[in-house]
Amino acid sequence: MLAWIILVPLIGALINGLVFATGFWKKVLNGNEHTERRIVSVVGCGVILASAIISSIMFLKLRALDPSEREFIQELFVWIPSGEFQVSFELLFDSLSCVMALVVTWVSFLIHIYSIGYMHEDHSYSRYFTYLNLFVFFMLVLVLGNSFPLMFVGWEGVGLASYLLIGFWYDDPEKAYAGRKAFIVNRIGDFGFILGIFLIFFVFGSTGYTEVFDKAMDSNFMRAVPGVVITVIALLLFVGAVGKSAQFPLYVWLPDAMAGPTPVSALIHAATMVTAGVYMVARCNVFYSQSPTAQMVVVGVAAFTAFFAATIALTQNDIKKVLAYSTVSQLGYMFMGVGCGAYAAGMFHLVTHAFFKALLFLGSGSVIHALSGEQDIRRMGGLRKFLPITSITFLVGTLAISGIPLLSGFFSKDEILAALYERGYMIAWLVGLITAVLTALYMMRLYFLTFEGETRAPQELKHHIHESPGTMTAPLIILAVLSVIGGYIGVPEFMAKFVGIHGSDIFGKFLSSSIFVEVVAHLEHHGFGHWTLVVFSIIAAFLGVGIAFYMYKIEPSVPQSLVENPTIAPIYRGSSGKWFVDEIYNWAFVKPFINLSLAAALFDNRVIDGAVNGVAHLIRQGAIFLRSAQTGILRFYAALMAIGATAILIYIVLSARF
Amino acid sequence: MGVTIEHYLVLSALLFVTGAYGVIIRKNLIVVLMSLELMLNSANLAFVAFSRALGDMTGHVFMIMALTLAAVEVAIGLALVVAIYSHRETLNIDVMKMLKG
Repeated sequence: MLAWIILVPLIGALINGLVFATGFWKKVLNGNEHTERRIVSVVGCGVILASAIISSIMFLKLRALDPSEREFIQELFVWIPSGEFQVSFELLFDSLSCVMALVVTWVSFLIHIYSIGYMHEDHSYSRYFTYLNLFVFFMLVLVLGNSFPLMFVGWEGVGLASYLLIGFWYDDPEKAYAGRKAFIVNRIGDFGFILGIFLIFFVFGSTGYTEVFDKAMDSNFMRAVPGVVITVIALLLFVGAVGKSAQFPLYVWLPDAMAGPTPVSALIHAATMVTAGVYMVARCNVFYSQSPTAQMVVVGVAAFTAFFAATIALTQNDIKKVLAYSTVSQLGYMFMGVGCGAYAAGMFHLVTHAFFKALLFLGSGSVIHALSGEQDIRRMGGLRKFLPITSITFLVGTLAISGIPLLSGFFSKDEILAALYERGYMIAWLVGLITAVLTALYMMRLYFLTFEGETRAPQELKHHIHESPGTMTAPLIILAVLSVIGGYIGVPEFMAKFVGIHGSDIFGKFLSSSIFVEVVAHLEHHGFGHWTLVVFSIIAAFLGVGIAFYMYKIEPSVPQSLVENPTIAPIYRGSSGKWFVDEIYNWAFVKPFINLSLAAALFDNRVIDGAVNGVAHLIRQGAIFLRSAQTGILRFYAALMAIGATAILIYIVLSARF
Repeated sequence: MGVTIEHYLVLSALLFVTGAYGVIIRKNLIVVLMSLELMLNSANLAFVAFSRALGDMTGHVFMIMALTLAAVEVAIGLALVVAIYSHRETLNIDVMKMLKG
């Protein structure tokens, strides 16, 4: 049954792709365009729903199992039977992959439904759903694979799907370049990832999770392995995560990826693909827990990324770019969680973030749809009265991500900050706290500028503003509800009263069958108790919201005067210019590399082609020379024959004599 | 001194050289063919001379064979000449450079 989870989306992709996207239906079968869209929608969304339902059934079955045996494994076929290197296509459904599968399939399903409305007038409707289904297939292979090569297949596959979907409207070169940039930057990370897999095979003799992790937890085996090797493996794998999950310095593709359709941004670049790196670190908890160095690197990079991205998000004017940088920042939080050893906390934030980030992106899609393509928030405002459902759900998402108490984001973010503090990562904790203020600030800024105040939209657009159709608002509402209640899984009282599950840290305990490290017992508190930390988080959230409220609702002239202030102006320019990272990369890497390519091309044309052509030329000259004997004059031939025959005769006679 | 075999052989050689001269130097196609024929016949003469001198009939047989082949070859050659002439209106072999590489 397990295999159907991944097979069904693949079948969907194949049907939508081969029958409809290729034009077979329309041109060969003379099908109707309307029917095509109907079938594509039903197939596209239906397969995801089926996958989600199967995942849920498997989840219930999983829960019924004893925690020490909590996994389902299904081998489909042997992929690489190569002597000592055996890789089989094997699926693993344990608590960690279960959580991921549920998030991926259900959020995916909601986004597919949303896409029916959003992509309604698009010409390449079938191609869109083909790619979306293909993406879900690869993402599920990634999270359900039972070995590193399989994870890598999914890893690369989602990269491919991402490329195809970012550059979906490829007629616009800018959009196509964005897709190319995403793929290439990802590739850099993948290089590290592959090296990591090689090293794993070299050390452990296998690449399947079961063998590798069993050996890695065996202290007899590990005694022979130098600590440095585990650190290197962990760091190499993390390089892959930096690329895929858009951390510094390989985050630059994510803001550009907003060129793709908004549901794509919601699905791939908020809820699922970018979380693959977090999943990977959680899956490899055995490595990271044995390497404090790697953990410090992960937390350090993550903390920096979270803060850095937040500073950029503060001044962006494109609604999707704000959300993109926000995603980079929140991913930093997730990595801080799994990096310091609090795997459950990091995964928890992954889940809640999937809910509210997808909600925010879909909401922004609704706004863009209503304004016929406008994405600049300086030309928005006052949309609350025109788009009631969108604005309320967007507000819910904004409050959730800001960490307002009682919403899901608060619970998950707070758990990460508490974990950092308890494990002694003080600087990271402080950075996380400050970033929380910034997060609340830029998100509320986004909300106020888009939905509150007076409409700054141009006159012609105002007439067309309408709330989105049901297929788009229904997912918004569902995700809003999830953003609110999703956090309560971490609250023991709630779970006991409403769901009937007792005990604390239910999520963590569920995951502990996949996370093999000891749940760290209460560390000594360095100063603040747990509730004090919670208070700090709450203050941070309200501080951010309050500042935004003041700056954008009460005194709207404040932002402009701040920008004009001479001390702040350069900071503003830096922030809105994304700290010129893209420009630096261009100058340091892209231009030199392009010049190298041009030089190589020149060399190829002049030298190599010259040599090859030169040889041919030489032979031609030789042939021309030899051809001069073929005069076609018969007398000449006859004379030559006579002379030749005479010479031979003379030779024979003379040699016979001696 | 009577007529010995050497006389026949010298005659054969002289005829051969004359024929070769004709094939190489002359421009008219028919003359070339005639010279070619002369060369063949000189060889025939040599064969018969040796055959008489050695008392062996082999030479005679060879000669008959060669004569027959010469006749056939000339027939075809003349057919070619007729074809070429009807096409080119000339029998100057310097003009016929169709075999040029």
